[in-house]
Amino acid sequence: MAVPVNAIKAKSRKQRTKRSSVSLKRMMANRYLYLMLLPTVLYFLIFEYKPMYGAVIAFKDFNPFAGVAGSPWVGFKNFEKFFESYYFFRLLKNTFLMSFYSLLFIFPASLAFALLLNELRIKKLKSFLQTVSYLPHFISLIVICGMIIDFTKPGGIINSLLLGIGIISEPIQFLIQPEWFRTIYVGSGMWQSLGWNSIIYLAALSGINPSLYEAAVVDGAGRWKQLTHITLPGILPTVLILLILNVGTLLNVGWDKIILLYNPGTYVTADVISTFVYRRGVMEADYSFSAAVGLFNSVINFTLLVLANRISRKTTESSLW
Amino acid sequence: MVIKRSIPEVIFDSCNVLFLILCSFLFLYPMWYVLVSSFSDAHAIAAGEISFWPKGFNVDAYKLVFEDQRIWTAYGNTVIYVIAGTFINLVLTTLGAYPLSRKNLEGRSLIMAFIVFTMFFSGGLIPAYLNVRELGLYDTRWALLLPGAVSAFNLIVMRTFFQSIPESLVESAKIDGAHDFRILLRIVLPLSMPVLAVMTLFYAVGHWNSWFSAMIYLQDRNLFPLQLILREILIQSSAQNMLAGVTQDEVFRISESIKFATIIIATVPILMIYPFLQKYFVKGVMIGALKE
Repeated sequence: MAVPVNAIKAKSRKQRTKRSSVSLKRMMANRYLYLMLLPTVLYFLIFEYKPMYGAVIAFKDFNPFAGVAGSPWVGFKNFEKFFESYYFFRLLKNTFLMSFYSLLFIFPASLAFALLLNELRIKKLKSFLQTVSYLPHFISLIVICGMIIDFTKPGGIINSLLLGIGIISEPIQFLIQPEWFRTIYVGSGMWQSLGWNSIIYLAALSGINPSLYEAAVVDGAGRWKQLTHITLPGILPTVLILLILNVGTLLNVGWDKIILLYNPGTYVTADVISTFVYRRGVMEADYSFSAAVGLFNSVINFTLLVLANRISRKTTESSLW
Repeated sequence: MVIKRSIPEVIFDSCNVLFLILCSFLFLYPMWYVLVSSFSDAHAIAAGEISFWPKGFNVDAYKLVFEDQRIWTAYGNTVIYVIAGTFINLVLTTLGAYPLSRKNLEGRSLIMAFIVFTMFFSGGLIPAYLNVRELGLYDTRWALLLPGAVSAFNLIVMRTFFQSIPESLVESAKIDGAHDFRILLRIVLPLSMPVLAVMTLFYAVGHWNSWFSAMIYLQDRNLFPLQLILREILIQSSAQNMLAGVTQDEVFRISESIKFATIIIATVPILMIYPFLQKYFVKGVMIGALKE
C-alpha cells in the first residue's frame, strides 16, 4: 500500500510526456490537414474574432487615427449614455416585439403548414406546393420590399382589394402609418419564410418510422390520434431545437428589411437596435456609441440563447449543446 | 391493405387540399401580378386596373431598362461577385470542413468550438465595418468577397457530409501513398457532389441577393451590384432618372412599369435555375438538420 507519492507523480508525468509525444507525432502525420485548415482558421480570426476584439471600442472613446488600442478608455460611459437615452426603451420594445410577433405567428404557422402538407395524399400536388412555397425564399429582399411598397401604396392591389370588398372606405397609406409597420413586417415575413421553414419539419416527419402508423391504424387510431400520439412526439425534438435557436436570436430581428421599408415617420414602431446602430454608426460615424449599443445586443442575445438552451435541456432533454 | 376513410377524414382531406391550393395561390400571385404588370399598358397600371390578366401589351418598359447602362454595369458586377465569391466560399468551406471531419485530427473539437462560437456571438456591425476599413478593403470588390467568406453553418453541413464517407476509403488511399490534398481532390470531393451543389446554390443565391455590404462598403458606382441599383429604382423610386425628356405625367406612369420590368429582369435568372436545383437544396437542408 505504501507507494511513495513521488513515485506516483513521476509515473504520471512519464505517462503524460509519452502521451503528448504521441499526439505530437499524430499531429505531424496530419500536417497537411492543418495546413489545409489554415486559410479557414485565418478567415475566422480576421473577420470574426478581430471584430470581437474591436468591440472593446464600446468601452473607449474611439478615434480612428489612434486605432482601437490607442484610443482612451472611458469605462461604461457609452452604455450609460444609451441606457439613459430617450431611445433605449423604444428600441428595446420595438426589437423585442418585432421578433416576438414573428416567432408567435411564423413559427407555429410553419409547423402547421408542414403538418398539413404531410397529410396531403396527392403526391404531385404535394411536390408542387413545396416548390411554390420555397420560391419566395429565393427572391431578393430588395425585390420583396419593392413589391411590398408597390402593393401597399394607396392605388396598390391591397388597397384595391380592401376597397373592393368594402372593408375600408379610404385607401390606407400602410407604410407611412407607424401602426401598420409590424403587421407588414410579420405578414411579409410569413410569405417569405413559411415554406422554407417547413422543410426541416418535413425532413423530421419523413424520418418517423412508418410502421408506427401501421400499428396505430391496426389499433384503431384515427388521423387525429395518429397526429397527437405519433407525429407530434416524433418531431418534438426538432421543434424544440428550432425554438431554442429562435429564442436565442430574439433580439436579432431581420433589420435589413426594416432599413428598406422604414422612414422617419415610422421610426416610432419600426426602429430597432440594429437599424439604430447602422444609422448612428455607419451613417453618422458615431463609432464608440453604436458599438456599445451593438455589443449590448450581442450580449443579450447570447445570454438568451444560453438560458433557453439550459431550460430546454433541463425540461425536455433536447439541447443545442 | 386498403383502409376505408371515414366521413370526417374525407371532409378533412378535401378541406386540406382546398386550403393548400389557396396557399399556393398566395405564394404565386404576387410574382404573377408583377409579371403581368410588366407587360401591361402603363396607363392601366397607373389606374390600378390590373388584377389577374394583363391589360394591353407593351414592352416599352423592358426596352428602357435594357437601354439603361447602369443596369448592365451592375449586372456584370453581380456576375463577378457571384462567381468569384462563390468560388472563395467553396474553397474555404471545403478546406475547413474536410480536416475537421477527420476523426484522428488532434484538437479538432477545439477548432470546431472556435468556429461554432461565431454563430452565436459577434462583435457587431460597427467593429466589422471598421475592420474592413482598416484592412483597406473599403470601396474595393474584396469588401464583398472576403467578409462572410465562410458560413459556419455551411461548414458544419459539409463536415457532416464528409463524415459519412467511409474512413477506410481514406485510409487505403493513404496506404497507397496519397497525401491529404490529393485524397480530398481525387476521392472525397468527387463523392461529395450533392453537398457541393447545395453549397454552390446557397452561396451563389446569397451573393446574387446581397446588397447590405455593398451599401456600406462601396462608394464607386462602377462597382455596384445589381441589387443596389434595384434599390435605387424600387425603393428610392428613382426610375424617373431613366426617362430624361419625357413629360412629368408620362414619367410617373412609365416609372411604374419600369419597376415591374426590373423586378422581372433581376429575378428571372434565379427562378430559371431554381427548379433544377430544388432537389439538391432540400437534401442540403436535411443534411444540415442531422445532428452528429
